[in-house]
Amino acid sequence: MPNVTYIQPDGKEVTIEARDGDSVMETAVRNGVKGIIAECGGACACATCHVFVDEAFMGKVGEPGPLEDDMLDGSAEERNACSRLSCQIKMNADLDGLRVRIASEQV
Amino acid sequence: MGERILIVGAGQAGMQIAVSLRDAEFDGTITMIGEEAHGPYQRPPLSKAFLAGESDEESLELRSPAFYVENNIVVITDERVVDVRWDAAHGTAITNTGREVAFDKLALTTGADARPMDVEGVDLDGVLYLRGLADAKALKSRWDAAANVVVIGGGFIGLEVAAVARKNGKTTTIVHRSERLMSRVVSPTTSKFFKEAHERRGTTVLLNTQVSRFVGGGGKVTGVELADGTVIPADIVMIGIGVIPRGDLAAKLGLELKNDSIVVDEFARTSNARIVAAGDAVVMPHPLTGEGQVALESVQNAVDQAKVAASTLMGVDHEYKAVPWFWSDQDTMKLQMAGISTGYDETVLRGNPDEEKFSVIYYRDGRLIAIDSVNEVLDYMAVRKALGAGQTIPSDTASDTSVKLKDMVQD
Repeated sequence: MPNVTYIQPDGKEVTIEARDGDSVMETAVRNGVKGIIAECGGACACATCHVFVDEAFMGKVGEPGPLEDDMLDGSAEERNACSRLSCQIKMNADLDGLRVRIASEQV
Repeated sequence: MGERILIVGAGQAGMQIAVSLRDAEFDGTITMIGEEAHGPYQRPPLSKAFLAGESDEESLELRSPAFYVENNIVVITDERVVDVRWDAAHGTAITNTGREVAFDKLALTTGADARPMDVEGVDLDGVLYLRGLADAKALKSRWDAAANVVVIGGGFIGLEVAAVARKNGKTTTIVHRSERLMSRVVSPTTSKFFKEAHERRGTTVLLNTQVSRFVGGGGKVTGVELADGTVIPADIVMIGIGVIPRGDLAAKLGLELKNDSIVVDEFARTSNARIVAAGDAVVMPHPLTGEGQVALESVQNAVDQAKVAASTLMGVDHEYKAVPWFWSDQDTMKLQMAGISTGYDETVLRGNPDEEKFSVIYYRDGRLIAIDSVNEVLDYMAVRKALGAGQTIPSDTASDTSVKLKDMVQD
């Protein structure tokens, strides 16, 4: 099963083994990783699961879709080129070792 | 021995209280008792992704079972608190199995039940409600074999189920008692749009229409008979006509109720200082204006109010201030709402409903109070942020789609 590492705004890291097909958000929330709120449960409706994807993985993770892109425009912490909503990134073997930094503000 | 907190109700709000207590380094005992067979799970997908087969049961879990163990949160499922005994120093809850749980402070997150319909034939197999996972599984087990789906009630649940049914190729009918869809919460413009949008997708929408009975054969539903005698064929009937807050335990505890809802203040305190309450079961002062009493049946409220309740349990007064928001996915239409539109005296239409991309912005006394957006995320986010910051957007320019709403925000 693929691993994903979450980096807190203060630099603290935690690595979790994800269930194949689960999103980066679901993996975080179910395991109690702080800072990913995800009030809408993954419907791309709340923009409270904002992460910055490690540049090395941006190619594999890909760009946000149009709806997600608009949601990110309203995110609490200003977006950058590596911003994604973690509910929209599904884990698979290809993403093993993925690293994401959690936005310091979600709401 | 540390303080003991008992949370009655293992839904989104109950879970959030437990998590927030541990986040605040509460080191006493936390016990959560829920009457469903499962630990806390997400309800919103039940009428959306779960029904459509796009998510499974495990992905509904709000936290993994290991999380509760690691955080020393005791979760008791399949049991219901039926009574509470008070002694001088503490209380003891008694469940339907006779289990006794002693506590110092109590949180009620008892939620709401689907409002039952009282007509002939309601007990036929295939006549279903959708509130919990058990309901969703009952619906799903009959879903593939069903050709005709009739939804009773044109609110969020009904419209979401109808959207999935139609998308899955079923002959779909919505039977709604009043003159427009979602009439309790959205403007006539939004209601009219959704009626036409569902009709464009091939769903029949019947407004101002009463059900006289459900008809069936061999114990199974086969149709819905309307007041005018018409019978609509049905393999599944899904009733979504609202909820009844579960205030029965609160009543037993002598708490102040309004109808069936538990009355709380801006600190999520009930009329008993040792008891807090949060989520679908309560009415509270408007979380932005502090006025009146509102019920907010949403994940957002369950989460944000639970955080306030946890703070109160820790002895820290933290006033509930949050922008209410809500969403509903209906086929390709994403309805997102922020603020509470009740009491509006002006609306502005922005965008084009015919393109299924627009917003209705609500004003009261010239001030922004709410928005409904359909596939217009930027508008929705702009208003949600403006309301949170106590700002407004002038109504005379809000319809101008050449300018982003967020660029019109002012104090």
